Amino acid sequence: MNYFPDEVTEHVFDFVTSHKDRNAISLVCKSWYKIERYSRQRVFIGNCYAINPERLLRRFPCLKSLTLKGKPHFADFNLVPHEWGGFVQPWIEALARSRVGLEELRLKRMVVTDESLELLSRSFPNFKSLVLVSCEGFTTDGLASIAANCRHIRDLDLQENEIDDHRGQWLSCFPDTCTSLVTLNFACLEGETNLVALERLVARSPNLKSLKLNRAVPLDALARLMACAPQIVDLGVGSYENDRESEPYLKLEAAIKKCTSLRSLSGFLEAAPHCLSAFHPICHNLTSLNLSYAAEIHSSHLIKLIQHCNKLQRLWILDSIGDKGLAVVASTCKELQELRVFPSDLVGGGNTAVTEDGLVAISAGCTKLHSILYFCQQMTNAALITVAKNCPNFIRFRLCILEPNKPDHVTSGPLDEGFGAIVRACKSLRRLSLSGLLTDQVFHYIGKYAHELEMLSIAFAGDTDKGMLYVLDGCKKMRKLEIRDSPFGDTALLADVNKYETMRSLWMSSCEVTLGGCKRIAQIAPWLNVEIINENNNNRMEENGHEGRQEVDKLYLYRTVVGTRTDAPPFVWIL
Amino acid sequence: MAYEKVNELNLKDTELRLGLPGTEEVIQEQEFSCVRSNKRPFESNDEEAREEEASTPPTKTQIVGWPPVRSYRKNNSSVSYVKVSMDGAPYLRKIDLKTYKNYPELLKALENMFKFTIGEYCEREGYKGSGFVPTYEDKDGDWMLVGDVPWDMFSSSCKRLRIMKGSDALALDSAL
Repeated sequence: MNYFPDEVTEHVFDFVTSHKDRNAISLVCKSWYKIERYSRQRVFIGNCYAINPERLLRRFPCLKSLTLKGKPHFADFNLVPHEWGGFVQPWIEALARSRVGLEELRLKRMVVTDESLELLSRSFPNFKSLVLVSCEGFTTDGLASIAANCRHIRDLDLQENEIDDHRGQWLSCFPDTCTSLVTLNFACLEGETNLVALERLVARSPNLKSLKLNRAVPLDALARLMACAPQIVDLGVGSYENDRESEPYLKLEAAIKKCTSLRSLSGFLEAAPHCLSAFHPICHNLTSLNLSYAAEIHSSHLIKLIQHCNKLQRLWILDSIGDKGLAVVASTCKELQELRVFPSDLVGGGNTAVTEDGLVAISAGCTKLHSILYFCQQMTNAALITVAKNCPNFIRFRLCILEPNKPDHVTSGPLDEGFGAIVRACKSLRRLSLSGLLTDQVFHYIGKYAHELEMLSIAFAGDTDKGMLYVLDGCKKMRKLEIRDSPFGDTALLADVNKYETMRSLWMSSCEVTLGGCKRIAQIAPWLNVEIINENNNNRMEENGHEGRQEVDKLYLYRTVVGTRTDAPPFVWIL
Repeated sequence: MAYEKVNELNLKDTELRLGLPGTEEVIQEQEFSCVRSNKRPFESNDEEAREEEASTPPTKTQIVGWPPVRSYRKNNSSVSYVKVSMDGAPYLRKIDLKTYKNYPELLKALENMFKFTIGEYCEREGYKGSGFVPTYEDKDGDWMLVGDVPWDMFSSSCKRLRIMKGSDALALDSAL
């Protein structure tokens, strides 16, 4: 099979970077498997319990970059108890022991401790990049270790983590010799920052491209920071409350005008409404805008800003922008590829901020749109059918109608036809989230048409097991299926157990699966971890012979090659 | 009494079952009974449950994990500024409930803002001693006494605050 020496083959493999492609390469033959594994530098592990660090390192000894994901997606919505698992400590310990030349670590929904961060900072002399998304368990002391010990640190990117802010001096822990920073994102920190240390750090980081500040960085500091980092590409503004006539504001205006490389704007965590006008001069360069945390800014100001953003590709906004605002987006942002509209009123005032009209307007005006997340109060089949016709290129379509089970508000019927139109038209659809009143029929459509679907989120939908069966049977590329509050039970769960080997995971909560059904799966499929999460009784559920009727609160099952995990808390029962 | 009502609502709301509490959903279930069959049996008597729900005013009740918004985002949505009015004061103020972690902090801030003292809270008799009573309007539009329910419950359901004084407050005191 090999006509070339290994080095040549390896060189060819260097051009293959996507994980999927490299996985495919390794399956061609034994010799390619061997060459591939020694040359593999970046590894992605979608479920940290599917494999263990020892096996990872045995196969990929030259690992430089590791991505790990821990808790299932529904953990984002408080459906998974904090102590469930996803600890990074054993991974870092194993990597440190093996002396692998780790340079990059990306973690999502994992539990990270200060101890882990300290160990990480001391064990890998070439460590360059730390990205933590939706993680928890650490404090600013851990950040101080990273700052102090990672001499070549390039990226410190903290996205939406829960960090205990000790209001210490972690920023001053970057030594004066540290001049390599490219990304510094600490927007999720709640506490005060040492502004002097921050300014000095930014001033000595000529390669800094991405800077995202937290709410404790006031306007005058922002002005100074931007003045010494005009090369900035991606900026997250912290606090923004001054008057338009004040000196800091004028200084900021001047500094912003010099930031000709600025392409991405976010933050405005505490923002006075009029402040956006300082950014108008650079809006025509922006490709990414995230105003989804700027709850204080009225839609009129948002619209004024967006009217200048004709090159926007990515927009994250609150529904306070209204249908009118979305119409402005539709007519201005012709390059838009990704849109997320978040709900601004979570307590439930019932104001109809955005409706199906906004969505239709966007679909008509932004023909390049391929990813959408849309929270709204109401929807109709007619609107969804129009959207499908306008935008057949959706890769991700996530619709969240805020009131569960809400029907088409015009016909009062289910939204089956609307979503059916979406899956029929969007042949490349990979991710779909459903909401509103839905019967088994929508799943029939999904099973029949959504050939490329990899992730499906279902809530309060369907009538019978048939719904889930359509999906399991029809969606050959399904990887992650998550279901809550839907009437699917053991019949659907057990129909095709081998299907779960082709998937990363299945989540079912408040459905109708029973303990008996779950035990049956665990029996048939030892290569699955079948976890039952039952917070109400800390001990195991009663084994009283009525398992066929005892419904399971939360079921999480996933394929694994390393068997049952040993770090589960008492309320998680692994069958 | 108000607390019990809230408590009861919450128990029902967090009960994991198909369909929703609240009048609208009950009506829907009846309309679409041909389309969706309620497979999970109610634990309580069906008729009773529906009657109770019908008499409860339709409110935006809280289902665990819904809407599907990350807790980080929920915590940061700073739509927690509420108006504070004080009987007799010429203008209202606004405070961000998020900046307080508990009742003592909030009450102290109010005392500072309006230059007055609130009496001692006790569950039985409300606030005694100063003639000022802190009250709030909740999601349902009812005026409630500040301090009865756990802080988190209060801060997520409080829409505005009103510090009652004088005869209004006394009337409230005696009613309790």
